[in-house]
Amino acid sequence: MKSGGRAGGQKEPPQAPVRIGLADRDGAVGTIMLAPAIIYVIGLVALPFFLAVALSLSDATVGNPGIHHFVGLGNFVSAVHDAAFQFALRNSVIVTAATLVLLTILTILQVELLARDFPGKKLAEILLILPWAMPVALAAVGWLWLLDSEFSPIDWILRAVGLLGPGTVLGPANNLFYLGREWLGLGAIVVINVWRTLPLSTIIVLAGRTAIPDELYEQAALDGAGYFRVLFQITLPALAVLLIVAILFTVLVIFGDMTVVALTTRGGPGYTTQILPYWAYLKGIQGGELSEGAAVALFLFPVLLAAAVLVLRMAYRREE
Amino acid sequence: MRMTGLFRSIGFYTGLLLFCVFAIFPAVWMLITAFKSNTDLYNPTNNPFLFNLPPTLSHIEFLFAQTNYPIFLWNSFLIGIIVVAITLLLAVPAAYSLARLMGHWGEHSSIAIFLVYLIPPTLLFIPLYEIVTELGLANSIWSLVLVYPTITVPFCTWLLLSFFRSIPRDVEEAALTDGWSRVGVFFRVALPLALPGITTCVVFAFALSLSDYIYAAVFVSATASRTVSAGVPTELIRGDIYYWQELMAATAFVGIPLAVVYGLLFDWLVKGFQVELPRRAAAPPA
Amino acid sequence: MAILEVRGLAKHFGDFKALKGIDLTTMEGEFLTIVGPSGCGKTTLMRLIAGLEKPTAGDVLLNGKPITPLPPRARNIAMVFQSYALYPHMSVADNIAFPLKARGIAKAEQERLIHWAAGILRIEPLLQRRPARLSGGEKQKVALARAIVRKPSLFIFDEPLSSLDAQVRAVARAELRQLHDRTGITTVYVTHDQVEAVGLGDRVAVMQSGTLRQLGSPQQLYNEPESTFVAGFIGTPPMNLLEHGGTIVGFRPEHALPRAAAPKSADVAAFSVRIKRIEFLGAEWLAYGSADGQFGNVNVLCRLRPETVGKVKAGEVQEFVVARHNLRFFSKATGMRAGPSPI
Repeated sequence: MKSGGRAGGQKEPPQAPVRIGLADRDGAVGTIMLAPAIIYVIGLVALPFFLAVALSLSDATVGNPGIHHFVGLGNFVSAVHDAAFQFALRNSVIVTAATLVLLTILTILQVELLARDFPGKKLAEILLILPWAMPVALAAVGWLWLLDSEFSPIDWILRAVGLLGPGTVLGPANNLFYLGREWLGLGAIVVINVWRTLPLSTIIVLAGRTAIPDELYEQAALDGAGYFRVLFQITLPALAVLLIVAILFTVLVIFGDMTVVALTTRGGPGYTTQILPYWAYLKGIQGGELSEGAAVALFLFPVLLAAAVLVLRMAYRREE
Repeated sequence: MRMTGLFRSIGFYTGLLLFCVFAIFPAVWMLITAFKSNTDLYNPTNNPFLFNLPPTLSHIEFLFAQTNYPIFLWNSFLIGIIVVAITLLLAVPAAYSLARLMGHWGEHSSIAIFLVYLIPPTLLFIPLYEIVTELGLANSIWSLVLVYPTITVPFCTWLLLSFFRSIPRDVEEAALTDGWSRVGVFFRVALPLALPGITTCVVFAFALSLSDYIYAAVFVSATASRTVSAGVPTELIRGDIYYWQELMAATAFVGIPLAVVYGLLFDWLVKGFQVELPRRAAAPPA
Repeated sequence: MAILEVRGLAKHFGDFKALKGIDLTTMEGEFLTIVGPSGCGKTTLMRLIAGLEKPTAGDVLLNGKPITPLPPRARNIAMVFQSYALYPHMSVADNIAFPLKARGIAKAEQERLIHWAAGILRIEPLLQRRPARLSGGEKQKVALARAIVRKPSLFIFDEPLSSLDAQVRAVARAELRQLHDRTGITTVYVTHDQVEAVGLGDRVAVMQSGTLRQLGSPQQLYNEPESTFVAGFIGTPPMNLLEHGGTIVGFRPEHALPRAAAPKSADVAAFSVRIKRIEFLGAEWLAYGSADGQFGNVNVLCRLRPETVGKVKAGEVQEFVVARHNLRFFSKATGMRAGPSPI
């Protein structure tokens, strides 16, 4: 394609011929760029999932790990009849539900705080993100010490203000055995979970909060609306979708996590603070019954699937 | 009028303080414990928040000189580096492809990708344990190198998706008309402009591989190959005796710097979710 | 200099038909402006010509050769974007060199061409700067330098002046036109501003809702609009359009005179106008009114020369006349140009 020779009297620069190939085709390039990640994820996520299903229907053990015999739903049936399993199921539900309730309230409050600029905000962000940033196992060990049955500083504070000890409200012992009692233990798990997931849910909801135009709030101020009215009539409706997304994400994180329980209450006393994923681990890996462990773990799946589907519908329904 | 403003300020900062205390209380306690001498720490009548006896470095020394902690750190570091490399190779092109080359759904696949990241290891760890054993990788760090990208790749793809989407479309189109193929545009325009995002990914991929406990504990039982997350809770307890100061030093040494790094990248994380929330599909251009 | 031809070009986005079959041929070396309201499809047309989108139907040809299957880089078309789309991570010199690099041109030759292009646009002192440190006008010049440096067959400009301040815009407009005249490269210039389109173009293409309504010289569009749409779109203020039975009668504001000011012998049509307001615009006055009686109170604008102003008073009903050869008739049903009707 020669262009006009009037261009400032310059010679035509030599132009290499343009060869069109695969690198020009967006569709092909896109597929090739996406393929490795997809193949990897399918290979190491989807495949294991189906393997888990296959395992749960077999009689594989650590000693004999092949999938040789099909035992039908036998593993699931025997799992359900286990007392430990029943505690685990109950606790998984209770802990997740309680975590969600507390988390919702605290997230809304924390988002309100972070929605505006203030001096030292960067420092606050560093402090507030710590619970999520810290590796779970290390945080769990930290809480293990924080809730120690002899040296917990929380107990010390309670003793110092007279709430704990002989003759007090929480007494008569000098310590609360947070991790050694059923309901205190479950409560401790809930608190640790909330502590751990609050930063993530805050970030998710904050993403939506910053998108609410300031004019809405200025108008409300002119109209004389009080703090709570603004919160309930402007902020929350606008945040609803992301809040639900954050909550559903938290379900996925909490329901499927075993680290906290494994390192704090260990499911005890007895089985009373057991949860599904940890029970699956104890059965499958420690106990060597791979197939039974897989079966227990699969009980997680319906809840996770429901949460995932809800999230997708929430996030994408605006597409219509 | 002035009073309500003052109340609001006080309320605001009180609330902020409460949340900050709640967030960092365990970490503060970790730090204090790490430097406490035994007689000070194990005396229930002492104020735990004060150094009733002078703080000591002996436990830190013990941690680094007499335990396997340095080995755990080294393993985590090595695994982290390799996993970061694998993650970048997989996630960077994947994110660009979704952002620009896979049409409307690709662009808005952010939430779906994050969901893949959230698939809990406890669902998959038993079959993965089998796979890893079959491949002969059990008890070596390579089992973790193989499996960790299932966590880091979805997360980093999600993060990079928002970065690539934020590059103005017309800069890439200008490069196309200027004479580059799509591949050329990727390397010469998109990548350089996404460098902050890629840096963020390096940080997160490293941090995520540090944070896993389940795979690390299940796949690797040999002390010499353990990571920090798996090694600290199991190896620093001799018999029934918890070396609390060492334990707390071990957790704080890794946990607190990670928090600082995450905190500095706070805004990028919020951005990752901001590009999401698809509105009604934008009207086709005029 | 190249001839661009567009044949039956259509683009559908799902159900939405952004372009409904456009046929257009440029002349060699001409400056063609494409103008229309938002949503008319001009941007889509431009992107199809550049190769940034694939058409649903139709072809794009350059000098007779179909370029429709070619990616943008193979079309030898240079495009200047509304936002200039400079590469933020490169200096101005590297920005300009970018298309040359893509074509594997030797370093020394690159240098020469960069300086040549920078010289034409007088941006040589800016060569080492980054885009972030340039003003709007400077960015535009860099974008232009980048476009001309490789001697393309065709320029496409996408609303290049809309990001500029009003003062800079007028100067930039003149410079753009000079650049075209100097290089002789066929130019397609897309804008929503009909004043700009008419002022700059050798020919103007008016688009509406995905179709090409009229293509012609600015004079043709102004004096002989083929539809009520073009009549109402081109010209500021637009043509007056009055209903009369099954016909729409149109006349330009400057062609309506108060009866008292018109030459007695002229062959004219008469309108009763109730004057609502008179505006002083410096060189002329605008009279706003509504047409009485048979034309049903349609708003009418008349441009009054200063000497006729005294004869017109707000609040009164006055008779205005228009020379019959200045009247344009349109079918009410189709909006298309029709023959004269008696009024």
